[in-house]
Amino acid sequence: MLRDVGLIANKDLRAELRSRVALNQIVPFALLILVLFGFALDADSTTLATFTPGLYWVAIVLSALLAVHRSVELEAGDGASDALLLTGVTPVAVFLGKALALLAELWLLAFFLLGGVLVLYQPPVADLPLLIATILVAVIGIAAAGTLYGALISGQRARETVLPILLLPVLAPVVIGASRAFADAMATVATNGWAWLALLGAFGGSYLVIGSYSYGLVLEDFS
Amino acid sequence: MTVLSLVDAVVLLGRFPALSGASLHVAAGESVLLQGPNGAGKSTLLRLCAGLLPLESGSAEVLGHNLVDDRQRVRPKVGFVGHRTMLYDDLTVAENLRFWGRLAKVDDALTDAAARRLRIDDRLQGVLVRQLSAGQRRRVALAVAAARQPQLWLLDEPHAGLDQAGRDIVDDVVRDATEAGACVLIASHELDRVRPIVQRQVTVAGGLVREEVADAA
Amino acid sequence: MTGSRTTRILGSTLLLGAVLLFFLAFVATEPDTRIDAASGDTIGQFDAVRLMYVHVPSAIVAYTAFFVTAVGSVMVLLRRSVWWDIVAGASAEIGTVAAALTLITGSIWAKPIWNTFWRWDDVRLMTTLVLFMLSLGYLAVRRLEGTAEGRAVRSAVVGLLLIVNVIVVNRSVEWWASETLHQQSTIADVEIEDLTLFTFMYSIFFGVALYVWMLIHRFRVGWLERQFERFGLDDALAARRAEADDHPTVDAAIDSSGGNS
Repeated sequence: MLRDVGLIANKDLRAELRSRVALNQIVPFALLILVLFGFALDADSTTLATFTPGLYWVAIVLSALLAVHRSVELEAGDGASDALLLTGVTPVAVFLGKALALLAELWLLAFFLLGGVLVLYQPPVADLPLLIATILVAVIGIAAAGTLYGALISGQRARETVLPILLLPVLAPVVIGASRAFADAMATVATNGWAWLALLGAFGGSYLVIGSYSYGLVLEDFS
Repeated sequence: MTVLSLVDAVVLLGRFPALSGASLHVAAGESVLLQGPNGAGKSTLLRLCAGLLPLESGSAEVLGHNLVDDRQRVRPKVGFVGHRTMLYDDLTVAENLRFWGRLAKVDDALTDAAARRLRIDDRLQGVLVRQLSAGQRRRVALAVAAARQPQLWLLDEPHAGLDQAGRDIVDDVVRDATEAGACVLIASHELDRVRPIVQRQVTVAGGLVREEVADAA
Repeated sequence: MTGSRTTRILGSTLLLGAVLLFFLAFVATEPDTRIDAASGDTIGQFDAVRLMYVHVPSAIVAYTAFFVTAVGSVMVLLRRSVWWDIVAGASAEIGTVAAALTLITGSIWAKPIWNTFWRWDDVRLMTTLVLFMLSLGYLAVRRLEGTAEGRAVRSAVVGLLLIVNVIVVNRSVEWWASETLHQQSTIADVEIEDLTLFTFMYSIFFGVALYVWMLIHRFRVGWLERQFERFGLDDALAARRAEADDHPTVDAAIDSSGGNS
């Protein structure tokens, strides 16, 4: 099964690398959000530095929507979801493979965007390991939940509009937790960032388990 | 031995009964041509047999598996090639063949052999699927299915959109399959083309299957 | 009609009950006032307290409704139960309205009492808001196209996750805000007059009864929708089979090119 997970993740990443949608559209979109926040908040450097944690994670979650959408579209094209069923591969492997690919993409995006906010908003960095750990852990939850909810709406004509209203409320705890952890790492709010990290880890872990269990149910439906 | 047996099979697509009580029996080693007008239910019949559609009522057994509760087990055993080629546009032909082969637990050597059989040469292997012509895509899809050495082939309009050479290749695949003892179900409008390579033909109309008189040459 | 003898009796009783609730809430009970022991000033919620007779029942109904949806979702996943699928959907619709009502009445109440419509650091407020948003997602999934069975399974997955998500949100907001403006026990804290207490309890009872009544009706509508889907099937099958007779000589009727169904 691990081999299948690898095959599927590898396939997704390869297709993503080829199409360059992530590089040409999702990354610029994420940067654009950062710039827009700058405009909206009057280029006030103190304000931007203070609110960096929240702004950063809102940008990540919105960009993640696009990445999830891409991941879904990959299977929607030309009956690939039927083909997956016809290989007899276990849905758990499909879920974990797709989540893994999405995770790799979002990790890259998140670190790139971290560079972006450090340059553009210039928040103080008090605890770099915490910043990095938060990105690593929080994105697991986004990728797992995104993969599951993405599969739920795949094949639907209204999928572009349904995905945000389905996924964004679900990701609310991630935004809360990751922003708090970031706020601690950037010393803007006195809170225990590592404790928030535990919450993020629990969120990601639960969604990996729930997704593994229910992906098959969801996938079967598209047969 | 019966490879495929449908009795009064009803399949709904939404609320539309695409199959309205179809019955069909196919014995081992038999190849059958499904003919009938557009919208008759041929594609639905093939998708049902591939385990891709739920049965509303009636009974269906394919390769010893009941389609009501054992659809999953049927799927890897059939070679289904439909209208959609089920390939990833952003991967090359070689990458697609490897991916689908390995995911279906097929030995790489078998995949390579199937690709050769369908005249997918080295030049074509390196091309992105999105750059292929419809005929080339079909050949790749057939190679994916052929590599699994299925006991039951389900081909939906395999000749459509192919040039003369492509059509001959399809015919070869069907002949190979029957010689190897597999069953083939072909839905086609090109009766003259398919009749010589099948033993039997049936008519699908209104979601029903009617046996034709045995006039297949 | 989705009424039956029982529901008509229940419905009529509820109508009378609503009249009684209005009487109790607006006429019979006094505004909430009491004398502050330290300063001697008159404090309390005054007339705003009357909103509690809607706010609290709505909140209880909302959370009950989504609990029922979650139970229904489990039953759908375990047994592919059509019955529970309809119950889950019906309950979620009522729950969504109740959650909206909770938020609206809460905001109106909060303006005079907390001097603000909205508090970001209140756990129950945030949880209910996220519940409301999640429920909109759930209802959107129920309206997606596809087979009835597929829709049931998909909604069940979302419905089950809805409760999981609400719990996670609740925990994280509580941690986040680490305070709540809601007095945990308004009833025990303050000396509430007997009639006010009765009205309060009665309003909760009324809300739950109203929920049950609406659930029964919505369930029946949902059931009829399913029946209707099955209803046309025999005709559709007959019409489909008749197509076969229109093509007695198939060979002649087909040209050798073109696609397929």
